[in-house]
Amino acid sequence: MNATVEVRNLRTHFFTRAGVVKAVDDVSFSVSGGQVLGLVGESGSGKTVTGFSIIGLVDPPGRIAGGSIWYQGQDLAKLSEREMRSLRGNRIAMIFQDPMMTLNPVLRIDTQMIETVLAHARVSREEARRRSRDALGMVGIPSPDERLRAYPHQFSGGMRQRVAIAIALLHNPDLLIADEPTTALDVTIQAQILAEVQKLAVEHGTALIWITHDLSVIAGLADQIAVMYAGRIVEFGDATTVLDRPLHPYTHGLIGSVPSRNKRGERLRQIPGMTPNLLSLPAGCAFRMRCAHADVACEAEPPVEPRDGRDLRCCHPMDQAA
Amino acid sequence: MTEPPIIELRGVSKRFGPTYDAAARLTRSIASRMGSPPRNETVRAVDTVSMTIQRGEVVGLVGESGCGKSTIGRMVAGIMPPSEGQILFKGRDIARLSGRDGKDAKLKVQMIFQDPYASLNPRLRVADIVGEAPLTHGLVSRANFDTWLDAQLHRAGLDPSFKRRYPHQFSGGQRQRIGIARALAVQPEFLVCDEAVAALDVSIQAQILNLFMDLRRDLDLTYLFISHDLGVVEHLSDRVLIMYLGRIVEEAPTEEVFSHANHPYTRALLAEVPRIDARKHRFTAITGEIPSPLNPPAGCHFHPRCPHAMPRCAVDAPAFREIAPDHHSACHLNEVPA
Repeated sequence: MNATVEVRNLRTHFFTRAGVVKAVDDVSFSVSGGQVLGLVGESGSGKTVTGFSIIGLVDPPGRIAGGSIWYQGQDLAKLSEREMRSLRGNRIAMIFQDPMMTLNPVLRIDTQMIETVLAHARVSREEARRRSRDALGMVGIPSPDERLRAYPHQFSGGMRQRVAIAIALLHNPDLLIADEPTTALDVTIQAQILAEVQKLAVEHGTALIWITHDLSVIAGLADQIAVMYAGRIVEFGDATTVLDRPLHPYTHGLIGSVPSRNKRGERLRQIPGMTPNLLSLPAGCAFRMRCAHADVACEAEPPVEPRDGRDLRCCHPMDQAA
Repeated sequence: MTEPPIIELRGVSKRFGPTYDAAARLTRSIASRMGSPPRNETVRAVDTVSMTIQRGEVVGLVGESGCGKSTIGRMVAGIMPPSEGQILFKGRDIARLSGRDGKDAKLKVQMIFQDPYASLNPRLRVADIVGEAPLTHGLVSRANFDTWLDAQLHRAGLDPSFKRRYPHQFSGGQRQRIGIARALAVQPEFLVCDEAVAALDVSIQAQILNLFMDLRRDLDLTYLFISHDLGVVEHLSDRVLIMYLGRIVEEAPTEEVFSHANHPYTRALLAEVPRIDARKHRFTAITGEIPSPLNPPAGCHFHPRCPHAMPRCAVDAPAFREIAPDHHSACHLNEVPA
């Protein structure tokens, strides 16, 4: 299979004064064109840093401490900053969670969009403006000609996020990394944006990495799911397989705690404890302090093993535990 | 005689607008006399809303951002007064209560906010955040304060040994527990939860929702649960109210709303809720955005986005009427003769 992006044993660590934070620790996955990978995890699980690592935006004190990222057969670590810049925003694009932070508040939308077009395409200014207008129209912004002349603060939150998405789509990227792009939006706006990216994956063959903590969105969108916990992927496989028959106790707990999976009015199944501090992770399996099946075997780090159609990092999978 | 509802809203409206000084009023009146009426700058955040909440109920209030659901919550909690209409607590208008009665009524209705980072004073220790109001109101004596505080923290699922700490030393879920402990410390009967779990991670969200359900049982609480998350509302509520642009468009028992939604807006909203059981779902969308409340569409507020809109929808606002036992909806489609 020809993967658009392949991440092999990626380690992104932050070397802070308080110690080394292993935000991403031995993460591997691949996504092909037209496929949607759902990267699921709670805050601090390393899903955003994984996205930043691929697009090359990890700032000091963080750096990629190991592993490799392959984009269409080339090792991204071997590229010069100049070559990386020609990919970033062009072939590889990212949508961030907060659209107010992505857009420059003192520049009009047209300035920002035309700049993005001209950065990667040798076209006239008029052509760049036309492409910008079409991109705005594509994400469902009414009267795009007028809206091009507006400033970011003149848009609502949902509109701003659609502008950010339009900018990411300007060059029809081969790989789109979306970091919780709909978390702050209302359901009706979320549905519009999901419809838009689905169309992009199908029509243009874009590979999509959708980062979220919302399993319900992922269920409707993703082909494959990777569940991250404390910097590691604990379960990775086909969306239907993982959601219908979760084997890792953490995945199982996450799915179980979704309200619609519980009988109305009854106590929700909950995972005890809190997400761990990455500075003081226990040795071995990071989830063992919250896991009902943990025993001495979990004090050694569990390897990634194929099991029942997925990759699993667990000594006591749910189908084994009685 | 039956017990009056714990909370009742009668024709409550809330307008937000600029306050004009004498000069601005003069300019505006001259401008309108000269044939250019000044621009309407008043937002009708809540538009003649009536509802009753009985003791022991959990009522879910659902709508998109800007629909006025938080404003209702704030008015019920007594943080802001309504522009029009009355809010009754146990049958008595809270605006007319004064002295001891007024204070009591305010203490009995407490609120839990969305953002646990912004709603706690960063310079107060947990002990002061939770203990300040009860000490002021004489609900606990200084002598018993320590044991009382430990019990309060314990009830909200916090380790009492953390009471000397500051809010920044806690995680989001723990901070929300501090907010809950603070609200419960004055022995309320009614809690307004405004997007109380929206900012939390899934596993933490489940813990806090369970805490709400346990507290309801143990303390005989009544909730107004405001959320845009229909999954959470469905799980927790006995009855659901759907709001759109300042008006309530549908009201029914929870199961009825989720099985027999009547209003086109409710149906569209339900169709778009992502469900964990839906695989490779083809997302579609309600066309358009929620209009600006500065300039809401005439007639039914939803008509520009409604697939069933008729000419009269743009003219008449539909009445909020009972279409089945306990099921109310505001839509002209219900009036078409069979």
